[in-house]
Amino acid sequence: MAQKLTISRRELVGGALGAGLAATAGGLLLWKGGGKPANHAFVMRGDQQPRYGGRIRVSSIASSTADTLDPAKGSLSTDYARHNMVYNGLTRYDGLLNAQLELAEALESSDRQLWRVKLRKDVAFHDGKPLTSADVVYSLLRHKLPETASKVKTIADQFAEVRADGADEVLIRLTGPNADLPEILAQTQFLIIRDGTKNFHAANGTGPYRCTVFQPGVRTVGVRNPHYWKHGRPFLDEIELIAIPDEVSRVNALLSGDVHLVNAVDPRSTKRIKESGTHAVTETQSGLYTDLVMQQGMLPTSNPHFVLAMKYLLDRELIRRALFRNYAVIANDHPIPPNHRYFNSEIPQRQYDPDRAKYHIRQAGLTGARLPMFASPAAEASVDMASVVQEYGSRIGVNFAVNRVPSDGYWSAHWMKHPLTFGNINPRPTADLLFSLFFKSDAEWNEAHWNNPQFDRLLVEARGEADEARRKQLYGEMQQLVHDQAGVAIPVFISLIDGHDLRLKGLHPIPIGGLMGYMFADQVWWDG
Amino acid sequence: MASIVTNAPERRASGWTAALRLILVRIGYALLTLLLVSIVVFVISGLLPGDAAQEMLGQSATPAAVAALRHEYGLDLPAHVRYLSWIKGIFGGDAGHSIVANMPVSEIIADRLPNSLVLAGLTTAVAVPLALLIGILSAVKRGSKTDRALNVATLSMVAVPEFLVATLAVLIFAVHLRLLPSIAMVSKDATWGQFLRSYALPVMSLAMVVIAQMARMTRAAVIDQLNKPYVEMAALKGVRPRRIVLYHVLPNAVGPIANAIALSLSYLLGGAIIVETIFNYPGLASLMVNAVTSRDMALLQTCAMIFCGAYLLLVLIADVVAILANPRLRAQ
Repeated sequence: MAQKLTISRRELVGGALGAGLAATAGGLLLWKGGGKPANHAFVMRGDQQPRYGGRIRVSSIASSTADTLDPAKGSLSTDYARHNMVYNGLTRYDGLLNAQLELAEALESSDRQLWRVKLRKDVAFHDGKPLTSADVVYSLLRHKLPETASKVKTIADQFAEVRADGADEVLIRLTGPNADLPEILAQTQFLIIRDGTKNFHAANGTGPYRCTVFQPGVRTVGVRNPHYWKHGRPFLDEIELIAIPDEVSRVNALLSGDVHLVNAVDPRSTKRIKESGTHAVTETQSGLYTDLVMQQGMLPTSNPHFVLAMKYLLDRELIRRALFRNYAVIANDHPIPPNHRYFNSEIPQRQYDPDRAKYHIRQAGLTGARLPMFASPAAEASVDMASVVQEYGSRIGVNFAVNRVPSDGYWSAHWMKHPLTFGNINPRPTADLLFSLFFKSDAEWNEAHWNNPQFDRLLVEARGEADEARRKQLYGEMQQLVHDQAGVAIPVFISLIDGHDLRLKGLHPIPIGGLMGYMFADQVWWDG
Repeated sequence: MASIVTNAPERRASGWTAALRLILVRIGYALLTLLLVSIVVFVISGLLPGDAAQEMLGQSATPAAVAALRHEYGLDLPAHVRYLSWIKGIFGGDAGHSIVANMPVSEIIADRLPNSLVLAGLTTAVAVPLALLIGILSAVKRGSKTDRALNVATLSMVAVPEFLVATLAVLIFAVHLRLLPSIAMVSKDATWGQFLRSYALPVMSLAMVVIAQMARMTRAAVIDQLNKPYVEMAALKGVRPRRIVLYHVLPNAVGPIANAIALSLSYLLGGAIIVETIFNYPGLASLMVNAVTSRDMALLQTCAMIFCGAYLLLVLIADVVAILANPRLRAQ
């Protein structure tokens, strides 16, 4: 059993290996590798049978000439949705962000450093070529090349070696043990393309839809792939993907029936959608957060008293209610959301406490000080959050000067460049990724430049840890360290809100993003 | 006496050549203006924080990754070298390569420019006749109830911002009545009915603004002429009002009206950004905004050149019309 470690590590996946289907905790059935499910052999929530046919139009929020069919360059919701229409990954996320097998039939390792990937043998690209190990090797290794400009280069750098072992098996050797490889490979950027692909004006994938129209900044059309390897899927004949950047226009387009599924609905619009009688909203409680970043290399934000004062100054209830209309989950100054399997529920929830905040400000010698703070619409809700902090700050004798700067260029010109800025961190699939990207002492995006050798040691230990209980304990300790000491204050986790036509069925949240974690394409059907 | 007779056609001919020379000089100035604008746009967009490499990598821009991308796209070259290579390309008919879309700029523009031209063309076709009608009618009936009603209508149309007009129109016609689509999807295989339906709301929103402006200017120009002594003279001689307006007043008012129309129409290309955003219409204006936010210099420069060129062309046409319509200007 030891060599099937990742699989046995997670009960859900382990129990499912060899079976065609398995039920997740959500009561929903998903495909598993290894099985050869017969046509129509699926069961959905309730006793409703999915229907075939129909075409839908889906709108996300942003589309530009930077739109791409190259999964490595995908950086926005529209890209992720488009890529999941056309390509498949070796694994994919379920509703709990566990990795389920997809193009991989098995993913095994005895030491969590050398991994063996067995590929399904019944998969073909849209041009008819069968999927082989060469495609996987090419798809994974290209992320390491600088000219690919991959968004996940830093993650892919841990692939010390990726090589084919026969036509259906791939060996991945990592630079160090990492038990999370199945979850890492489920990221959209690691979707599998055909060996040697350099031109991305058209797409050739193994996914549920063939891309027939791709106009950057305008639209993408996917037509049902009749030879899709998930037998009996997909259900829809055609999906058209567009982007409507203006939220009001997007909701109007949904309500007028011009589009059938939208993401990034403002909490203020949910009432309108719900009252329509023909449309509904889906809330995805995610790990997305906007945080107040206090630079540890600059004064006065490096003062531990100041950091604590700010953490006590945040009125999390108010932020959740007023800024997000309760479409948010209270956070506890660390990046692991409560619905995550490694969430440490033993850390007491930090509450708004003006007296303690005042005490720590006095200890820091900052009573009466004037502190500039940078907020921008680029970091969701940060401008409103800054106003709240400013208001509450004045009550304890600190004068925060809010500098509202434009979205344009915020990340390169302001984020992490001043003592007090706001960051905005998208959901990440694993605790390891969150901590390694944003909290490890030498990480490029260690937002507050927080330096804690103990944290770094725990991070490496947890990454290679085989025992699930021990792993949870290690991540728990790390949450405690971040909660107590790190220079970021995280008030709430922001929920993602989608709106959809009631006739569109099969949607359920996957907390990596809206639109079913951008993976709605082979799951939804039209009941019209 | 004889000399005058022989002189007349000669003077007319020299009038035309003078007009032609004037037009050529204006074209020369227009080209110079374009060159200056391209320098200004290049310099100012260079002042924006970040460059294409940083914007492409977004929040995940590490110094090493940015440096690699910059080198690949030649963004590490000095600014004047980049500008000169761009301007050399433009003179050779090559608008450059969009590094963000990884496509030739000409291809992207070829995709979007027709959309913008269709929208502008349809709006012009609706707006110009309506504006002229409203303007002339309220000038002729100046002071009457019709005039006052038209005044209030056009003034409020000028005052209401188009995002409000557009959003209200969508709420009424798309969301509640479900008569028209809320987004303008242009597809090549659309039938005439679909085509007109999808353009109805954007054209209406755009037309509201430009009709009002043009109608106000037309009214002012026509009233100006109606107060002239020759109109009074014509009326005294018993010329019917319709003939006075069409044959006597309009030819004299055509200069200012053409100018007003040119200014309003030049707005339809670049100024359609709000309508393009609300109706998700893939036109040039939103393309240019994209180019600015992604710091895609070649694309940004080309869009700026198109807008500036269109503006200069429209103003030039208006001037030429004014010159040709006015014998005195023609002779100068």
